[in-house]
Amino acid sequence: MLADILQLFVAGLATGGIYALAAIGFTLLWQTSQTINFAQGEFVMLPAFFVLIGMGFFGLPFWAAVLVGVAVSILTLGLMFKKLMVDPMLHHGVLPLVIATIGLAILMKETVREFYGADAWPFPPLAAATNVTVFGAAFAVQSLVVLGISIAAVAALQLFLNKTRTGRCMQATAQNPTVARLLGVPVERMILYTFLINAALVALASLLITPIYLAKFTNGELLGLYAFIAAIIGGFNQVRGAIVGGLLLGVLDNFTAVYISTQYRLVVPLLFLIVIILFRPQGLLGRVEERTV
Amino acid sequence: MRLSRFVLALSTLMLMPAAAAADVKFAYVGEISGSIAVSGGNFRDGVILAVEELNAKGGILKQKIELTLYDTQTNPGVARAQMQKAIDGDPYVILGPIFSGNVKVTMQMLQQAEIPHIIGGEAAELTSLGDAYLFRTSFGQQIGMPKIANFIRDELKAKTVALIWVNNDFGKGGRDKLIKELTARNIKLAADVSSESGQVDFAADVVKLKAANADVVFVYSNEEECARIMREARKQGLKGPFVGDTTLLSQKTIELGGDAANGVMGHVGLTADAPLKEVEEFKARFQKRFNYVPDHNGLKGYSGVYAVRYVTEKLGKLDRKGLAKMMHGLTITPKDEPGILIETSWDNTGEIDRISFLAEVVGGKQKITKILPKVGK
Repeated sequence: MLADILQLFVAGLATGGIYALAAIGFTLLWQTSQTINFAQGEFVMLPAFFVLIGMGFFGLPFWAAVLVGVAVSILTLGLMFKKLMVDPMLHHGVLPLVIATIGLAILMKETVREFYGADAWPFPPLAAATNVTVFGAAFAVQSLVVLGISIAAVAALQLFLNKTRTGRCMQATAQNPTVARLLGVPVERMILYTFLINAALVALASLLITPIYLAKFTNGELLGLYAFIAAIIGGFNQVRGAIVGGLLLGVLDNFTAVYISTQYRLVVPLLFLIVIILFRPQGLLGRVEERTV
Repeated sequence: MRLSRFVLALSTLMLMPAAAAADVKFAYVGEISGSIAVSGGNFRDGVILAVEELNAKGGILKQKIELTLYDTQTNPGVARAQMQKAIDGDPYVILGPIFSGNVKVTMQMLQQAEIPHIIGGEAAELTSLGDAYLFRTSFGQQIGMPKIANFIRDELKAKTVALIWVNNDFGKGGRDKLIKELTARNIKLAADVSSESGQVDFAADVVKLKAANADVVFVYSNEEECARIMREARKQGLKGPFVGDTTLLSQKTIELGGDAANGVMGHVGLTADAPLKEVEEFKARFQKRFNYVPDHNGLKGYSGVYAVRYVTEKLGKLDRKGLAKMMHGLTITPKDEPGILIETSWDNTGEIDRISFLAEVVGGKQKITKILPKVGK
């Protein structure tokens, strides 16, 4: 029984780590540019197909296809997304941009379906499908690798944001772009960096989740939903909140599937979301935002 | 006046060849996208290959086959709408759906329209609903499950089974049939784990299977989910043997599961790896045309078209009612019609009977270990 609980906990943390990577992207974009990206799930789905195209059509080895895939993701899902969609739409307000990202999600999904196929495709795992036994519980090596990489990525991001000049400038931009501009922070460049970081995070999430989910054009639907829930639960205006929200969601989802029902595995996280919105709308670690009138 | 008569005569002559070569309309209404796009796509490609081959030889009754494709998106609501569109096109026959849930919601429409439908669905109840126009292309679960239950009892000598199944018409029907057969053979069900169609994360489900500690793990789901289950099972060190019926050993499951699929065993009603000349030749032609190895759904779609062709040529006319009547109680051998691939019989309910196979996945390939006779022999 304890072995089962430990196994579920670690597997939940591994999946939750991936949700956290996507949720962090949500919060970073919101903080710096007031962008809610409802195509975030599809942003996680797409880089895997860049890698598959690199391997299948250009004959690249896996490691080279990954590098190319990440680079293309940063270019398209970071730079092009900002320049071609966000910049023209943002001065119309948040809602038109939200609707545009919903349209973008549909476009991305259907483009993959049309040009790559509706089937699922295998994706090379980052670690062997073996397990290690600790305290009588068998932990999948792949889960431990996914969890390790997620933690390392989040730690690296936190170090970057807190310990580097650029990171602190990005934080200043997120807190108050007007004052940041007055202090000489190149605000537009900081916002661009945020989009590039988000693209890198979703590409990493894609490499971690696709060996489990298989590469399929519909992967983004559920991932986007989980990432959004995680960001809200944790706190939409705190990166730490997105991390906690993602990990919590992964564990909650797993335990619900085992001890309540697989059919209703999403019910408990959604109920939790409703409770958070009702009683702590800023999220578990978020700060209350006030506007002066 | 003479000029206008001449023009009229010339126009009539030009139109005559077009009028004589009217097309025979076939419609494929199947799962081209959605959670079982893998199966629907294979079936569709089998149909396309058969239609192309027949058209190259002149078609059916010297008429080319015009094939129209409709996508149900693996969604019953969409399936009904697409089926109505297909019916409005006045087809001679309809091939598909493959997803049993979509078959169930559309069969009454086809029954009312009196259009023969050659389905890919395997849920047991489909042939017990009194539809005189429905014909299977693969066994119903009531045929396959006794065979696999015998294998579990006699070859694996198992006393307990941990079952994971997909919660849709296909999975529920198979689960119910399997439990009935296992109970009749004094084999206990140690775990009964339901999963969702399109589910991607099976970590929790595999934990439940592990806790059951059964002699055998029986996996009964769609191809993609079977692959994900096997990958998760190997990740978590779940011990087998792993047994299934058709979908667990399908070519697509093997492709998606990779090394995780090696060692799985089970019963397959139809397989591109059958050691039969017609099947081997079909596999080669399919691979050449579509650049991938077909799974059993490709054979289903292909042989379904050729069954229609055989019966129609025998009838000598395009007669939907006559086609349905003739197919009841019919046996077609590869000698009569090579496109049927394996000797196939239909009973009065549209249920199919043919030889089947026990198989194991070895080195990424399906290896046939035994050929099982027809139920009717």
